[in-house]
Amino acid sequence: MLRTHYRLERKSVLFALAIVVVASIGGIIEIAPLFTIGGTVETDPDMRVYTPLELAGRNIYIREGCYACHSQMIRTLQDEVERYGHYSLAVESKYDHPMLWGSKRTGPDLARVGGKYSDHWHTEHLNNPRNVVPQSVMPAYSWLLRDELKVSDLSAHLKAQRAVGVPYTDDMIANAPADAVAQASPDDDTEGLTKRYGKATQIRDFDGNKQSVSEMDALVAYLQILGKLSGAAHAPQPVQKTAGN
Amino acid sequence: MVSGLTIGERQGAIVILVLLAVIGTIMAAAAGRTGDPMSVHGFIVLLFSLAVLAVVFWGYYTPAPDEGRLKSYYDDPSKAGIIIAMIWAVIGMFVGDWVAWLLAYPDLTFDAAWSSFGRLRPVHTTGVIFGFGGNALIATSFHVMQRTSRARMPDQLSPWFVLVGYNLFCILAVSGYLLGITQSREYAEPEWYADIWLVIVWVTYLVLYLRTLARRKEPHIYVANWYYLAFILVVAMLHIVNNLAVPVSYAGAKSYSLFSGVQDAMTEWWYGHNAVAFFLTAGFLAMLYYYLPKRAERPIYSYRMSIVGFWGITFFYMWAGSHHLHYTALPQWVQTLGMSFSAMLLIPSWIAAANALLTLNGAWHKVRDDATLRFMMMAAVFYGLTTFEGSFMAIRPVNSLSHYTDWTIGHVHAGALGWVALITFGSIYALVPWLWKRERMYSLKLVEAHFWLALAGTLVYVFAMWNSGVIQGLMWRTYNESGTLAYSFVDSMIAMHPYYITRAIGGLLFLAGALIGCYNIWMTIRRPAPVAESARWDAPLPAALQPAE
Repeated sequence: MLRTHYRLERKSVLFALAIVVVASIGGIIEIAPLFTIGGTVETDPDMRVYTPLELAGRNIYIREGCYACHSQMIRTLQDEVERYGHYSLAVESKYDHPMLWGSKRTGPDLARVGGKYSDHWHTEHLNNPRNVVPQSVMPAYSWLLRDELKVSDLSAHLKAQRAVGVPYTDDMIANAPADAVAQASPDDDTEGLTKRYGKATQIRDFDGNKQSVSEMDALVAYLQILGKLSGAAHAPQPVQKTAGN
Repeated sequence: MVSGLTIGERQGAIVILVLLAVIGTIMAAAAGRTGDPMSVHGFIVLLFSLAVLAVVFWGYYTPAPDEGRLKSYYDDPSKAGIIIAMIWAVIGMFVGDWVAWLLAYPDLTFDAAWSSFGRLRPVHTTGVIFGFGGNALIATSFHVMQRTSRARMPDQLSPWFVLVGYNLFCILAVSGYLLGITQSREYAEPEWYADIWLVIVWVTYLVLYLRTLARRKEPHIYVANWYYLAFILVVAMLHIVNNLAVPVSYAGAKSYSLFSGVQDAMTEWWYGHNAVAFFLTAGFLAMLYYYLPKRAERPIYSYRMSIVGFWGITFFYMWAGSHHLHYTALPQWVQTLGMSFSAMLLIPSWIAAANALLTLNGAWHKVRDDATLRFMMMAAVFYGLTTFEGSFMAIRPVNSLSHYTDWTIGHVHAGALGWVALITFGSIYALVPWLWKRERMYSLKLVEAHFWLALAGTLVYVFAMWNSGVIQGLMWRTYNESGTLAYSFVDSMIAMHPYYITRAIGGLLFLAGALIGCYNIWMTIRRPAPVAESARWDAPLPAALQPAE
């Protein structure tokens, strides 16, 4: 072996190729089957996609780096299930480009935070966390209430989402900006929105300010849907999986 | 700087920079129409290329270098790289310590989006990993590949393109986070156009490296070059696959990752863990394998251990990423593979660490007297400790406690401060007097002071985080007698407060050491050179006096 190496280390291109081959094996074996083995991701025909407002909120969540302190992945451990709810299933982040599982809990997990607190609580908490949780070390995001949400480019966002595999229809893409405004304006005509995204769509004035659709509206709408896109975790029959746990 | 370039290369530089300025203008104009933050990046690209263009014009009419240059090594980019690395070190560590204080006192900031924890934190990680670490790797790799090949780099333009282009990437990255431009992929946050730019820079880097190796007068490629090569090649692979994304618009910053959910998580941590492996380990092991034996004036202890260590690390690391996803929705077979290979990884890691420490046999008195060598020795010790801890934490039941807690942060910093930063400081203290032709550093006492500040800072930091991490993990899983969870999340957060203050103080010590290092390096460079101008450049040695193979 030493002899072979003695010869190999005299050839720079061959050596470089050897590195590429040796380093590729692990990744190929661990990643490629995740796309092909059925059951890696559970099937849920009733799973719905993010509404334009929720998607915009998700992008704010990403922009502000929330994922650095909050995970969205409840592990299969008893204490986590008791603290945060049913452990997370792969299908629940099927439409998450990128996923936001996170790696650190400076704050609590948010995978199932949707519906746990009121819109008003979220708005107060995001505006200044210490108003509602005195010991909190979370930053205050006061500009979310001040800044109006940009909705004009949401059709392009949905189109890009469709390009990576999220099943948005032409109708959804065409009406994205109007749907985003409608979801935060319960007094307006919201029929088109519920027709496209389902009756369960949460249509509320999330930030308590009827004058405009703010970034706060979008972020709270996103937080309130977390854990609710798919009912797979609460299906009466245990979800079948052919691979994994 | 410009005086080392031939006239043709100066013209080439102007063409590249004008092209870059045009791209910047287009970005600014296209994104400006929709008010997208990418327009700010357009202006940054434009200003950056104009500033470098001004430097090139300033030196354009200096006499062209004569043919005599070809008999010597080309070290200007290494010199610049070291200075830039130290600037990034101060920026990255300052922001790091700032965010550390924010976790203890969350209002210690401005009422502005750019200064909130979530945007500053990636400035810290990118600043230290890519700014400080990356520039140090580029600077030292240029130095080492020429020495160990006994050949000059093939031209003068491409090393500058790599160094300057890489720093443009770093600037786009950190300014992007402050503007809210991020992909949210940990340690791969920059958006699609910055990623494409990095690919161009990186391919140039690889080609430059292979071209230099092709010119070598040494039949064998020295082990440090194996590691630098692995660093360049594998980082390219990881970067390209992990950053596959579809932009919302070519006139905007936002893009959506090609993968989603579980596949995306696996890809991200395949990248994330191997960024640790091939950016923060392979590259710095290359430094260790050159500067430690050089400084100790001892040959590498074992050729065989070098080979086994190198191929072991290159093969095993790539399987280990899934240990970041234990007990998640990732299929269990992948978790188990990740755990097993993480445990096996300890063998090549310790072989590499032992090979370095055993090299010091017969030179331990130098470790006692010479703080520069002691930096490198301590780095090897921390490398051994951290890789042991890493393998330990990858075991599933251990990970159930440590994951999501500050233990991970402590582990990362044992590696980043104790291993990566210490080997870098040691190498820089060895390299600065060599490159600038000084007898020694300006003040050896200050090197000594830096060593102890860095060591104290690291220990305070990791002990604080070990404590807080284990306490946090235990509080989350503690049940009271009635069988319900004993502590609320807020309880565990309050318990962290003293450790967060301690950690921030540890970070402050480490930053103070880096500042002393900057001053010492600056004073060393400023001091008049004692040697004649004719010996300004190192020439390839006629015989192989390199550290043994």
